[in-house]
Amino acid sequence: MPFAIFLAFPFYFALVTMFKTNLDLANVEHSPYLYNDLEGGFHWDFWNYATTEHVRFLFEDTNYPRWLLNTLLVGAAVVAITLLLAMPAGYALARLAGGWGQSAGVAIFLVYLIPPTLLFLPLSRLITQLDLKDSLWALILIYPSFTIPFATWLLMGFFKTIPQELEDAALIDGASRLKAFGLIILPISLPGILTVVIFAFSLCVNEFIYAFTFISSSEQRTVSAGIPNDLIRGDVFFWQSLMAATLIPAIPLALLYNAFLDRFIKGFTGGAFR
Amino acid sequence: MEAQAARASAGSGRWRHALESRRVLAPLLIAPAVVFIGLVVGVPFGWAIYLSFTDAIGGSLSGNWVGFDNFTNAWQDENFRRALRNTLIFTLASQAIVLVGAAVLSNFLVRDFRGKWIVRFLVVLPWAAPVVLSTITWLWLLDSLYSVANWTLAQLHLDNGLVWLLGAVNLEEDAQVPLQWLGRPNLALLAITLVHAWRILPFAVVIFIAGRASIPNEVEDASRIDGATGVKKLWYVDLPLQLPIALVAVLFGIVFTAVDFAVVYILTRGGPFNSTQVLPTWAYFIGIDGGSLGEGAAISLFLFPLLVFVTVAMLFFARRAQVS
Repeated sequence: MPFAIFLAFPFYFALVTMFKTNLDLANVEHSPYLYNDLEGGFHWDFWNYATTEHVRFLFEDTNYPRWLLNTLLVGAAVVAITLLLAMPAGYALARLAGGWGQSAGVAIFLVYLIPPTLLFLPLSRLITQLDLKDSLWALILIYPSFTIPFATWLLMGFFKTIPQELEDAALIDGASRLKAFGLIILPISLPGILTVVIFAFSLCVNEFIYAFTFISSSEQRTVSAGIPNDLIRGDVFFWQSLMAATLIPAIPLALLYNAFLDRFIKGFTGGAFR
Repeated sequence: MEAQAARASAGSGRWRHALESRRVLAPLLIAPAVVFIGLVVGVPFGWAIYLSFTDAIGGSLSGNWVGFDNFTNAWQDENFRRALRNTLIFTLASQAIVLVGAAVLSNFLVRDFRGKWIVRFLVVLPWAAPVVLSTITWLWLLDSLYSVANWTLAQLHLDNGLVWLLGAVNLEEDAQVPLQWLGRPNLALLAITLVHAWRILPFAVVIFIAGRASIPNEVEDASRIDGATGVKKLWYVDLPLQLPIALVAVLFGIVFTAVDFAVVYILTRGGPFNSTQVLPTWAYFIGIDGGSLGEGAAISLFLFPLLVFVTVAMLFFARRAQVS
């Protein structure tokens, strides 16, 4: 339990901070855990001593809504490319490749271990050459490099959990392999595919170094690159807005993670060890 | 006309037949993914290796061959060696914390209890939140003036005690109240280690739960009948069975921490006085900010032996787990 509190504490604190008034925040005598009046006293109708003005500032006077939109666009495009390439590969490795499928699966996944920090120097030159600098297309092109290995691995695990007999029955009834895949395998593995969608999407949201180096105009940034660049100006921190900006993407993502956690575990261990 | 149509349909029949054969279909389905990865990972990777042997500077794609100069230059730089040491410290120390934390938490979360859903939600939050954003939350928690950590310590009258303790264990000689968590070299190392442990822990917990779930109930029953309880059961039954999967969690944690750029960049930018640089941030400052592309690539490449080691270890244990 103490561990759980330690893990969640920064988010609780972010929640408190995002509605604080400037005067309350700036007074070091005041309790940072509560909303205080001007003298630092606490009242049970604490919402009268809090403010939503910083949340409004975030949405009306910064590019934050734009960044959210950009993140969604990039995420959606990358997830689509990822599924398009990873689904056939995952299926082939699970069902068709036989003995060497296992080692090829491991090899694909190992690509995930080559760090972006090693690749971003050459890639930034490449992006400049392709004239994609400052464009969301640069991110859409590069992000599948880390989502595809991950997705292939997970999908391979899911496909393996589907009984081979189901597919054989369809093949005996005269369906082609592609038809069997589309009509039998795909519907059954939909929860697994959704899991891949969520985790691939969140990898895109998390990405920082590419978004940070390839994009230089504020309107084209994603959430992860825009917030540290535009909302932290030298020593001026918009703390309340920063905390709101953190919590808003984190909570829906955590809800999704929690809902799909069991399936993620199944795919993760299934792909590697069964 | 008819003959042509017949030939066409025979051709497509042969084509369809080929599609049904495993030997054709498997490579065909795998190829797009492999080609794509080759283009966006393989080529830049080779390029990074090439650049590390040249004197390329910002704006150019190539340079003169300089052999191992970039590597020796990087190595002779004191900042580089500190960055290497810091990378190892952060990785190993945070994973030690993660290992203990994950063992405890997964033990707790594997049981059923009321409100488990909300506890699990709180536990996965640090993993689900984008790294950059959650690190900014820590920046606020450890702020030089408004730090809630310092405020709480002061209210509990523990602040002077902590300063004394830091001096006593030789971590910070002349620390003062309020503590500058990110402004003093060793405290900043401690803070960054904690943030890394905090953000990897949920992932490790999830993998540990998977490991526990994979232990068959029969083993549980058998060990109970044999009278194995408490520490004995943990040591002789649970740990050996969970070892492969725990190792996977730790190895992933090592990779995630060792290659991370965002945490150090956001919290300290490598400061104060480059004392908290890690290899990824140092490569960035030299290669992009400083414009020495070749040396930046060489610095990034120092991470490679670590990754090879992790890779080999993963393969080895994955195979062992498969056998058992």
